[in-house]
Amino acid sequence: MLCEKAMELVRELHRAAEGQLPAFNEDGLRQVLEEMKALYEQNQSDVNEAKSGGRSDLIPTIKFRHCSLLRNQRCTVAYLYDRLLRIRALRWEYGSVLPNALRFHMSAEEMDWFNHYKKSLATYMRSLGGDEGLDITQDMKPPKSLYIEVRCLKDYGEFEVDDGTSVLLKKNSQHFLPRWKCEQLIRQGILEHVLS
Amino acid sequence: MTEELDLLGQDSDGGSEEVVLTPAELIDRLEQAWMNEKFAPELLENKSEIVECVMEQLDHMEGNLRRAKKGDLKVSIHQMEMERIRFVLSSYLRCRLMKIEKFFPHILEKERTRPEGEPSSLSPEEFAFAQGYMMNTETYLKNAALKHMPPNLQKVDLLRAVPKPDLDSYVFLRVKERQENILVEPETDEQR
Repeated sequence: MLCEKAMELVRELHRAAEGQLPAFNEDGLRQVLEEMKALYEQNQSDVNEAKSGGRSDLIPTIKFRHCSLLRNQRCTVAYLYDRLLRIRALRWEYGSVLPNALRFHMSAEEMDWFNHYKKSLATYMRSLGGDEGLDITQDMKPPKSLYIEVRCLKDYGEFEVDDGTSVLLKKNSQHFLPRWKCEQLIRQGILEHVLS
Repeated sequence: MTEELDLLGQDSDGGSEEVVLTPAELIDRLEQAWMNEKFAPELLENKSEIVECVMEQLDHMEGNLRRAKKGDLKVSIHQMEMERIRFVLSSYLRCRLMKIEKFFPHILEKERTRPEGEPSSLSPEEFAFAQGYMMNTETYLKNAALKHMPPNLQKVDLLRAVPKPDLDSYVFLRVKERQENILVEPETDEQR
């Protein structure tokens, strides 16, 4: 069945939960591109025959193959673009450095896209005024209080707070720290907000 | 912190005059812009003057706090206020950035065909970001797949491929001043 492989690519993403990035299906993409090449070559020879050999009965087949080519292109671009949207969400979720598990799911070109996006975003944020601009990837939720109780989930080491004092973040230790300093670490899974 | 701020406003003749705002009025305008942006389906006019003034205010407040006596209760309250303002500002800018990324071909096209004299809905930095995003995405699609496709299929018209903002979606309105002669069409049976 034509375009079956392309549909599989789309279905793969449709099944993945929101925010999840499955591994890049290089094989699937390659097969779609091969199918497109085959269809195009068949069409080229048929078009020549139709023009010079007067075989106008080939025209419906040519049109059908062209529709399949368009469909393959559309499914492929949808697959690639949807993945880009998921990768973009990763920057906002995890920060500039992605966990290794996720990096293995990305192709080299996706990694390039991610790096360009990071840079573009950083340039924009720096331009927002003040000395260093404004980091809009912080402050994702309305602040409820200045300080929050956090528990450390993994060993992290020394952590410096505003007035110069530093805190040792050891696994299972609890601390009372300024909210804005902890936000990044909470998202990375190092600290956990303790709601009493 | 009762000094007044200068905010460049536009009067009806198209010239700009300075409008003086108190900090409270500035934050009020920021919150208005924020709510409007959140509830509108498309990108609204950019309010970079408000953003600049708010950033200045935040820097000013931070400077005051650093010089204040430690342990003073006022310090905590002002810090809370700063965090709240920073949240609103960040949320506003995030909302705009998300819309720019979502509708980037249409926004850039609108900017390209904008008539002389009409204000842009993008700040210069947002415009640079949007262009970068477009180039990045186009280059990626070309390298990942399009250049391996048959010659007549190597281009994708992003204006047609990326959905437009849904201007028919419903929004909430609050009437600020009494107006005459504006008719809101009643819901017909089909729309119900």
